[in-house]
Amino acid sequence: MQVLMALITGLIFGLGLILSGMTDPAKVIGFLDIAGAWNPSLVFVMGGAILIAAIAFHFAKTRSKALLGDDMRLPTARQIDRRLVLGGLAFGVGWGLTGYCPGPALASLAIGGSKPLIFVVAMLAGMAIFEIQDRRSSAHKRKAV
Amino acid sequence: MTIDWANFTPWTSLAGGVLIGLATAMFLLLNGRIAGISGILGGLLRPIKGDVGWRVAFIAGLIFSPIAFSVAAPLPVAQIDADAVSLIVAGLLVGIGTRYGSGCTSGHGVCGLSRLSPRSMVATALFMLAGFVTVFITRHLIG
Repeated sequence: MQVLMALITGLIFGLGLILSGMTDPAKVIGFLDIAGAWNPSLVFVMGGAILIAAIAFHFAKTRSKALLGDDMRLPTARQIDRRLVLGGLAFGVGWGLTGYCPGPALASLAIGGSKPLIFVVAMLAGMAIFEIQDRRSSAHKRKAV
Repeated sequence: MTIDWANFTPWTSLAGGVLIGLATAMFLLLNGRIAGISGILGGLLRPIKGDVGWRVAFIAGLIFSPIAFSVAAPLPVAQIDADAVSLIVAGLLVGIGTRYGSGCTSGHGVCGLSRLSPRSMVATALFMLAGFVTVFITRHLIG
């Protein structure tokens, strides 16, 4: 049931990305181009999404179990550290270079030809580099302790 | 600053945003999870037993969505100007950055801001800032 819901949710999420214009990199770049002809559409995407999601988070905070029975897993990390800052900046540079962030790139794979495919393969390689580095540094830390 | 009125789509963008919010809300309340795309995808590279199926299903739904969309309505145009080299560099930066920074536009931008997480507010401000600066450089300084 959880897996079926994940499929349906992913589908609705993708439909939202397409309808909103997030899968059009030119529109995303238009939003990021505040010095040129600025396209404020993305403000409406974020606004609509946050409006609905905020209500859900309000309810989620008062529950320890999700409706399908699993634990409610809300993020617990609090620290604003170097990883968060450098990671956020690196992501922003990549986002600005092409106009793709992870969701819209995946939702463009089936119809967008080779460009989103190249991006997604490189993104997966980037995530794999993180995994290797992260495992190496945590193994190093264990040795030090 | 000038507004690009020709490509400004407040209503479809708002409706799409509401759908994204609805998906985020359903996933949170039914499955108890954050709909953060980079986290869902990245978790597949660190597979844990019993934690793979829902991730694959969510990503499959996302990949299948344009096909479902095209049944109901014509797909909106998507224009991508980036060449292969920028796509590779950008993909690497987005992959590494979202994993180190623990989230992307969905996890920090939508989920994090919705629950007023200071960590996500900082991350969102930084990736937006980096995006503004990058586009300024590529479009107005060297473009």
